[in-house]
Amino acid sequence: MKSELMLKEEAKAKVILPEPVVSYIESCRQKSRPESHLISVLHKVQEHFGYLAKEHMDAVSILMQIPTAKVTGVASFYHYFNFTPRGKHRISICLGTACFVKGAGKVLDRLKELLAIDVGQTTVDRQFSIDVARCVGACALAPVMLVDDKVYAEVKPDQVAKILGEYGFDAKKAAGK
Amino acid sequence: MSKPMERLLELRQKAEKRLFEQKFKARMRITVGSATCENAAGANEVHKRIEELIKKHDLKDVVVGRVGCTGKCDMEPVVTVLSAGAIPSKYMHMTPEKADKVFESHILGGKPVAELTMRQQAGTKAAHYVVSVCGGSHCHKDTTPDIGQAFKDEIAKHKLEGKVAVTRSACQGLCEVGPVAFVYPDGVMYQKLTPEVVAKIVKQHFTGGQPVAENVWQGDRVTNRFFPVFGDVPFFGRQLRMTLRNCGIIDPESLDEYLSVRGYEAAVKTLTMMTPQDVVDAVTKSGLRGRGGGGFPTGVKWNFATAQKSEEKFIICNADEGDPGAFMDRSTIEGDPHTILEGMIIGGYAIGAKQGYVYIRAEYPLAIKRLEVAIEAARKAGFLGKNIFGTKWDFDIDLRLGAGAFVCGEETALIRSIEGDRGMPRPRPPYPAASGLWGKPTVINNVETLANIPVVILDGPEWFSSIGTEKSKGTKVFALAGKVCNTGLVEVPMGTTLREVVFEVGGGIRGGKKFKAVQTGGPAGGCLPESCLDTPVDYESLAAAGSIMGSGGMIVIDEDSCMVDMARFFLDFTQDESCGKCTPCREGTKRMLEILQRISSGRGMEGDIEKLLRLGDTIKKTSLCGLGQAAPNPVISMIKHFRDEYEAHIREKRCPAGVCAGLITYSVDEVKCIGCGACKRKCPVPCINGKPKEVHVIDQSRCIKCGQCFEACKFDAVKRK
Ligand SMILES: Cc1cc2nc3c(=O)[nH]c(=O)nc-3n(C[C@H](O)[C@H](O)[C@H](O)COP(=O)(O)O)c2cc1C
Ligand code: SF4
Ligand code: SF4
Ligand code: SF4
Ligand code: FES
Repeated sequence: MKSELMLKEEAKAKVILPEPVVSYIESCRQKSRPESHLISVLHKVQEHFGYLAKEHMDAVSILMQIPTAKVTGVASFYHYFNFTPRGKHRISICLGTACFVKGAGKVLDRLKELLAIDVGQTTVDRQFSIDVARCVGACALAPVMLVDDKVYAEVKPDQVAKILGEYGFDAKKAAGK
Repeated sequence: MSKPMERLLELRQKAEKRLFEQKFKARMRITVGSATCENAAGANEVHKRIEELIKKHDLKDVVVGRVGCTGKCDMEPVVTVLSAGAIPSKYMHMTPEKADKVFESHILGGKPVAELTMRQQAGTKAAHYVVSVCGGSHCHKDTTPDIGQAFKDEIAKHKLEGKVAVTRSACQGLCEVGPVAFVYPDGVMYQKLTPEVVAKIVKQHFTGGQPVAENVWQGDRVTNRFFPVFGDVPFFGRQLRMTLRNCGIIDPESLDEYLSVRGYEAAVKTLTMMTPQDVVDAVTKSGLRGRGGGGFPTGVKWNFATAQKSEEKFIICNADEGDPGAFMDRSTIEGDPHTILEGMIIGGYAIGAKQGYVYIRAEYPLAIKRLEVAIEAARKAGFLGKNIFGTKWDFDIDLRLGAGAFVCGEETALIRSIEGDRGMPRPRPPYPAASGLWGKPTVINNVETLANIPVVILDGPEWFSSIGTEKSKGTKVFALAGKVCNTGLVEVPMGTTLREVVFEVGGGIRGGKKFKAVQTGGPAGGCLPESCLDTPVDYESLAAAGSIMGSGGMIVIDEDSCMVDMARFFLDFTQDESCGKCTPCREGTKRMLEILQRISSGRGMEGDIEKLLRLGDTIKKTSLCGLGQAAPNPVISMIKHFRDEYEAHIREKRCPAGVCAGLITYSVDEVKCIGCGACKRKCPVPCINGKPKEVHVIDQSRCIKCGQCFEACKFDAVKRK
């Protein structure tokens, strides 16, 4: 039997997380060894919010019946999860070996210069954020840059501004600021 | 024949019939590559355009479909046009506009656009017939007559040069009936060739159109699927596609297509005609070794797990592919997902596991999707779940996603991660085969290892072990990338030399630059210089040369890369990925990285090289898991082979490759500068001064050494020192 407090907490948690995630968690709990699905659940939460906030992880903890310490511990272990909001468009520069050898560092430098932010940061207008990826498996087309889910192949530093332009970035305006 | 086998063959027949109705009966069949890399290159747009064109012209006898990646990534998107009686045309670098052109000329007009094909690009002339003569060491001996030359002589004698072209292929695994040669487009493999037979073929086949029946090889091997479609292109002809046998051939999201290439026959054969021990023995006999990096004999691992008594056992496919710069496993899954499932079914049966997991990295969304589609289709067909294939055996497979931790490729960490925990390794023994997932006996195998299992079962362990070297059997897939002309997937028999891979299949270095090193094994491997290029690729030889086989990443490095910078790159990676459980790895890699940073910024001290080596040795000997144990490898191998470069950084404060920002300066050559201002416009700081048509000057105190002026100057006036 669940206590009244537990039910109340569960109800609260269900409001915080989007419905598909809540039902996914419920389906996982029907299976044997539900804790094995923790990472998939966190993936789904991050997919929805773009990051994992403390309240999201608390809600996961309540609904999955896994201690918060463990949920945060797991989330912080894996590089894929991040804990601050990301921009509307998430840009990742691959810094895997192939991309590195082919000059991805220079592409990253240009990107940082254009957006005037560092890796892991988001622009003030919340439009763009920069992350570093470790190989997306398109090494033969290095260097590779991702904007949201779209992969750009063989990117040269001089093309970065144009690519950002596709997402509403205005290089001239940004330089004027 | 057993009932399940009868049923499978019936299903195959039905699938073939459906496929025939849908596509094979068409006059022309177009396939468009579809994979992460293909899509990045723009394959989706091309596919859409071709569909539109077919609709617009209301063509009933032309179909378009999807296939996985062929592995020729630098030429993507790849579009293949297949029609009876013609060599398949492989179009490269396709765009919607080029698709229009191909459609107009080839699909509607029947005339292939030669200048857009891979063949033409590779310099093979257009011809009606192409003879591909095996150049493998069994077929092509100095002591026997040269079959390729015999073909050329006979062709010249009959003045058929315009009609027949001759090329050379790598060993196609038919040594026992060699010398062999394959004839396109008729798809005839000739065996036991002698100059006399060659004369007969040229006369009877190439002039008369009648194959010389008594010398046609009649066998059927699952490994002989790829060659008939792609082998006339040298890049592919120099490979032997076992693991990647179906990649680029079948639609990865169609179970019918997998069934039509004898899919799941190996699984049914093992379940109905072999005992688990038979399967283990066959795999042991094949000599197959783990492709995930360690090279542990797969049969021995399975045998150990089979012997364990337990209610519950597991088999896991390791699709974490952590080496940053490798994509063999991604391509295999994206191109042929059912093969992995079949390998797991066979492995599960052999060791007594009823549940399998694929642990796959989250960075591969398309591979995940393809696996999900495949699992769903297999379940629906009764190939997964209860009483699979109508036998008494139950087996199912689930996916578990990684989340970007390199250490989770290590098997004990991977197990933790599937259990929903932080991926920290634990000491072994006990090995997972004794106590693994949830404490139960567990076998973990790499994607490529599992993809070889159906080959071992169907083409036989004896044949499998006839390919490769004494201790390394079969083939190895490499993800060739970096500064090499042909980038992509290369599958060659074990024992092929690095030189053959980089220069023959890979086509050498891009842009006329000088070869410097080839990196194998990723962050756990090493860099090998020119002098090691004749090393054969097999587990022992690569280790002896100071690198490792690894999982298959192969990055070619040219003179523009600095070896101190490369070492720093790898250490930065491992240091960041260290899980932190044990001190030598956690602290040691950090200290090594600091020393490397010091060297590359010009503050290197005498004795730093020795310090790196000593520290590396300690980390290797005392770390808990493979990550720490291998972390110093890149540094050690680079010092071993490129010590002078390290010394130049330390003693002369000079970076010979001009990479390390702390050691280079940019300046303008007063004589060469014409004052065009291009550098000034590019400089982001900005710190370049000068009036138009006057010599420009760089303010050294503010220069951030981004190198943009260097690249901008068309007059070679910006100097990098
Ligand atoms: C740090 C580390 C990372 C690894 N990453 C992978 C990987 O990404 N893929 C893989 O198949 N094996 C990887 N391995 C090797 C696995 O631990 C394991 O040996 C392998 O999956 C066994 O399969 P195999 O015998 O078929 O090669 C890694 C090992 C270590 C120590
Ligand atoms: S060697 Fe490194 S990765 Fe492995 S357990 Fe120790 S700290 Fe963790
Ligand atoms: S290296 Fe970069 S910062 Fe320095 S002068 Fe050239 S463009 Fe300007
Ligand atoms: S780009 Fe070259 S030539 Fe033009 S001003 Fe700069 S240094 Fe002089
Ligand atoms: S190294 Fe960048 S995609 Fe592989």
